[in-house]
Amino acid sequence: MTTDVASPPSRQRTRRRGGGLLPAPGWGYLMIAPALVGLVALYVWPFLTTFGKSFMDVPAFGPGTFTGVDNYTDLLGDDRFWQALRNSALYTAILLLGVPLAIVLAALIEQVGRGRALYRVLFFLPVVTLPVAVSMVWRFIYNGDFGLLNYVLSLVGVPGQYWVADATFTIYAVGVVGIWMSLGINLIILGAGLQAIPQDLYEASSLDGAGRVRQFFRITLPLLSPSVFLVTVLTVISALQMFDLIFVMLRSVNNTALADSKTIVYLFYEKAFVEFDQGYGAAIAIVLLMVIMAATILQFRLQRRWVFYD
Amino acid sequence: MTDQILRSRRTDRAANGSKASRHGEWVIHVVLTAAAVVMVAPFVWQLLTIFKSNREASQVPPTFLPEGPTTDAFATFFGSVPFWAQLTVSLSALVLRVIGQLTVSALAGYAFARLRFPGRRLLFGLFIAMLMVPSQLFLIGQFEIIRDFQLLDTVPALAIPGMFSAFGIFLMRQAFMSIPAGFEEAARLDGAGPLRTFWFVMLPMVRPTMAALAVLTSLYSWNDLLWPLIVTPRGDKRPLTVGLAGLQGQFGTDYPTLMAGALVASLPLILIFLVLQRQFFSGIASSGLKG
Repeated sequence: MTTDVASPPSRQRTRRRGGGLLPAPGWGYLMIAPALVGLVALYVWPFLTTFGKSFMDVPAFGPGTFTGVDNYTDLLGDDRFWQALRNSALYTAILLLGVPLAIVLAALIEQVGRGRALYRVLFFLPVVTLPVAVSMVWRFIYNGDFGLLNYVLSLVGVPGQYWVADATFTIYAVGVVGIWMSLGINLIILGAGLQAIPQDLYEASSLDGAGRVRQFFRITLPLLSPSVFLVTVLTVISALQMFDLIFVMLRSVNNTALADSKTIVYLFYEKAFVEFDQGYGAAIAIVLLMVIMAATILQFRLQRRWVFYD
Repeated sequence: MTDQILRSRRTDRAANGSKASRHGEWVIHVVLTAAAVVMVAPFVWQLLTIFKSNREASQVPPTFLPEGPTTDAFATFFGSVPFWAQLTVSLSALVLRVIGQLTVSALAGYAFARLRFPGRRLLFGLFIAMLMVPSQLFLIGQFEIIRDFQLLDTVPALAIPGMFSAFGIFLMRQAFMSIPAGFEEAARLDGAGPLRTFWFVMLPMVRPTMAALAVLTSLYSWNDLLWPLIVTPRGDKRPLTVGLAGLQGQFGTDYPTLMAGALVASLPLILIFLVLQRQFFSGIASSGLKG
């Protein structure tokens, strides 16, 4: 008993043995009952609803009629859908560029003695600020007529652009904000991974004469790769679901760029909850699920080639 | 998990002495400071803009410091937006959701980690499967249920779906699993039933995880835009996110007012973060952010 308290909790042992489990079916069901009711009513059932509706034509009021795969064939022939898919893919690709940036910054933060906590807080600020609020701030900075960005660019002789009003630039502009917003999260996850790397590896390789850069590529990167993988998977999943930034940064009465800058989830919101075409919206949501699943499965396949598990 | 991170942070701090003395650290500080400046610049620009007049804010070239500092932006914002009502909605939804989520997750997490009952694995698998489905897939059905229960435009509508998260249950289960079985056995020998054991012995031991979960849930609740947008069609009982997004239609390019609104609406959570940094960081580290 005393050793149990003193030693760090050994997760492995309790999990493997399963002997500590109390056979208490009554209490078991009672305790999961709230979760189960909520899960079934608000997740399983809605999921089935969405799946069912994707095969139906649902008017704004009244019951729908079964139309088979019509919604899906419509979707495949809809330029707006392909555009949204491309936009989401591009946005996701841009956000992935933030991962190497986060790795370098996380490694640098681990190196410093003083000020580490301060850096963490500063990099994390965008995470705890309302996405709606930061979108408004960036929209101001991106303003084509009097925005800060164009002014700064003019100082170095680069012509200004209408970053959020010209569809050529919108996804890139929004992508930069996306990287800025998610950097803090990635730094924390990668920081936890870095702290799990045994220090004696560095000490041993220092004795062998390895420099810091060499250590970074030979020790840090391989041992950090599981965390990098986690960050990559989470980045892709959340980037494919981007909605707020587009909603706040691009939506205004006269912004024609919005039409060409919608993401999958924005298109879904518009179809299902503005135009109330729920069947079509449901089909978009199902396609989103399939895209996310495909992307995630692909990443798990690829991880064998680059993720290092000891 | 939480404890592990905290512990390793502590040992790191002990090791810092030798790290700090290494030469060349100032180069790293220069790089990190430059990056930090870029990270913070939008906030600085926001703060400076708030105290400018609208004319000055849209001037080319822009002024850096406000020439005639004014607090008109706050006056305009508070004068035309039901800020306190929206703040109350945001806060009540947050509190309701956090309490609901902690209760549901702790109970289910404990049952899945510590009790044996038929179907336990199957049910847990069902929960975990829901983790992988993007939240948009549930919106249509959730909206219908909220509507059918006459809950549209109410605070519970904002909070209820978020109370049930597979992620929360998973996190609590992991926390309960890491507690040595001896504690429960001792409580049982003392004659405590499962509920008493849960409440008086187990729950106090997973407090760090509950704090991390509470903090993460607050973050999701405070930031959520899409769901509140959908379940507040009438317009009263809108949280700050929806109110703020609507502000743009109202004030178009009155940027000082928009910046003031953005600041005021973000401030509560930023303050909570500054106080509870450790909980935020350990919550994120143990999870990856997913709502």
